[in-house]
Amino acid sequence: MRSAAGKTLAIVWKDITSEMRTKEIATSLVAFALLVIVVVSFTLEPGQNTSSIAAGILWVAFTFAGVLGLSRSFVIEKDKGCLQGLMLCPVDRSILYLGKMLSILAFMIVVEAIILPVFIVLLDQSGFPPQLAVIALLATIGFAAVGTLFSAMAVNTRAREVMMPLLFLPVASPVIIAAIKSTGLVLSGESWGAIASWLGVMAAFDAIFLAVSPLVFEFVIEE
Amino acid sequence: MQSLKQNARITNGLLGLTFVVMIAAQFLIFVYVPTERTMGVVQRIFYFHVPLGWNAFLAFAVVFVCSILYLRSRDMKWDRLARSSAEIGLLFTTLVLITGTIWDKPAWGTWWTWDPRLTATLILWFIYIAYLLVSAYATEASQGARYAAVLGIIGFLDVPIVALAIVLWQTQHPSPLIFEGGLTDSMLLTLIVSIIAFTLLYASLLILRTSLRQDADEIKKLKQYME
Amino acid sequence: MNGAAAQTDGYAIEVKRLIKAYGEHYALRGIDMSVKWGEFLAIFGPNGAGKTTLLKVLATIVKPSSGGVSVAGFDLREDAVKVRHRIGVVFHQPLLYDDLSAYENLRFYGRMYEVPDLKDRINQLVAQVGLESRLHDPVRTLSRGMQQRLAIARALIHDPPILLLDEPGTGLDQQASAMLADIIISTLTKQRTVIMTTHSLEQGAALGNRIMIMADGKIAYEESKQLDISSLREVYYQHTGVKN
Repeated sequence: MRSAAGKTLAIVWKDITSEMRTKEIATSLVAFALLVIVVVSFTLEPGQNTSSIAAGILWVAFTFAGVLGLSRSFVIEKDKGCLQGLMLCPVDRSILYLGKMLSILAFMIVVEAIILPVFIVLLDQSGFPPQLAVIALLATIGFAAVGTLFSAMAVNTRAREVMMPLLFLPVASPVIIAAIKSTGLVLSGESWGAIASWLGVMAAFDAIFLAVSPLVFEFVIEE
Repeated sequence: MQSLKQNARITNGLLGLTFVVMIAAQFLIFVYVPTERTMGVVQRIFYFHVPLGWNAFLAFAVVFVCSILYLRSRDMKWDRLARSSAEIGLLFTTLVLITGTIWDKPAWGTWWTWDPRLTATLILWFIYIAYLLVSAYATEASQGARYAAVLGIIGFLDVPIVALAIVLWQTQHPSPLIFEGGLTDSMLLTLIVSIIAFTLLYASLLILRTSLRQDADEIKKLKQYME
Repeated sequence: MNGAAAQTDGYAIEVKRLIKAYGEHYALRGIDMSVKWGEFLAIFGPNGAGKTTLLKVLATIVKPSSGGVSVAGFDLREDAVKVRHRIGVVFHQPLLYDDLSAYENLRFYGRMYEVPDLKDRINQLVAQVGLESRLHDPVRTLSRGMQQRLAIARALIHDPPILLLDEPGTGLDQQASAMLADIIISTLTKQRTVIMTTHSLEQGAALGNRIMIMADGKIAYEESKQLDISSLREVYYQHTGVKN
């Protein structure tokens, strides 16, 4: 299966190279996430930024930025007809899914890595618990798993900007809930034991949809 | 089509049966079963709320199965069945939310509680909406059918995880809707009859809606030939 | 995966009763055709005739509603991946990534097609289409004519025995169009089979050794020898009611 891995990496490499030239996705996502955090913070009174509220703000920002980034992923392909170029390649459709999923995952992780320290400072949290990294990783994998599928769908329909969040948000809701709850616990000093079941929910989501999405992906991009 | 006559007989039979069982259920709900101690008359909504909820879920299961069958065979009949089931499912889900709200208010003083069943139902409601919208916003019919089928599969697999997440969330906030002392025999009987009545109702609506869709599609085909 | 090995037995492309329906609208209403190895088939027809749909079906991008299609001896439905190895496709959109350079675009597709000795192959192709000086410039800086030439290089990167071109000259001026035609001719070998849809009767008549006219989802006219341009115009008008 060496060639399958090679082709997947070729897709990831192409996306990363494009992004490095324009830095389009990274800058817009970082700016957007920061904006959301700042604007929502306006609703707080000083001293009201408890860990559970702060967790909510963080994940609202990551969710909306995630929706934005996931949509861009396929708009780029669709615009110059490049999606057809990919479909012409002699590869299994699940490889196309995997390649796009991994590249958007990479982008989102980079954005989150930038935002997290800023968030800790802005919302005056007591420190950076390492569990946050695991929570963010599991949640982002879940986002990428279904988001890639829905992005490919939305880009082919008539109301593409609105279609993507409409599809994504309800389906991803368990991940969002789990991420918010576990982040809140961890920011208030709880450790692994308290968040174990939440991590389990996210892991289950990731496993199921990483398995199913590549199988149905071909039905989404065929004409 | 000789089977049309047969179909009409079966459909009419089903409708008749639905009518009879539904009347029986109404009698049981409003006359037979005694008023519940803690919650009063409002509690009778329970006998609507639960069967509606069960059927909302059943409708989605039907969507799931038909979605898989459609993607396998590309036969539009599965798409018609799935979409009709989704429409009825959306209707029932809306009613679950409404009956749940009506039930909450007099019992607990608030219109909405984020209890597990209602929240999970709300998310199911959104998935239904997304399902119906994705076929409406597709660029043409077969694409809409394909996309809806994919969402039908993904959405159905999502439901248990949503339920899991929400139940986990609620272990910290116990649900306000608890029955003291469990269900008596009369309550159980009423509940079961009501569930059967609503399931029959679902089946009748499904058949009616699907054949309506089928007729609409055939008219479209004929129109095309005439052009 | 070099596809240009001599294959002279059987047909390059065989299509039997191909139907493609989008919901209630029929884009292809039953196409029967065969293309021999080495033929250059030019397909004409007004917009909506189904030329692009036919090409997309052959390119494995669009699934047939019914009918049998085999390309390079492989059935479309069962061996789509094998078919893709053996076809090169040029659409009127260049299918290139704007922010990557010509070199990076070719390298990407080369990797997807498992092309051996990729670097040499890229240099060879780029020389053939005359883009050596712009090899490392981002594609968005190239003119449309250059992009189409690069698109041909992309289509040929894996040396496919079958080339599918869908109105490749769209949006090109006279000179660029002529250059494109020259390049296409220069890539022809005895075994290479080409199907090209075009609006330009002149170009199609000049390049093709076989012609087909499509209208309304069906084949309206076929001819296996070269026609001169005036009789071609007449036949075209006869079958489509359009003056070209």
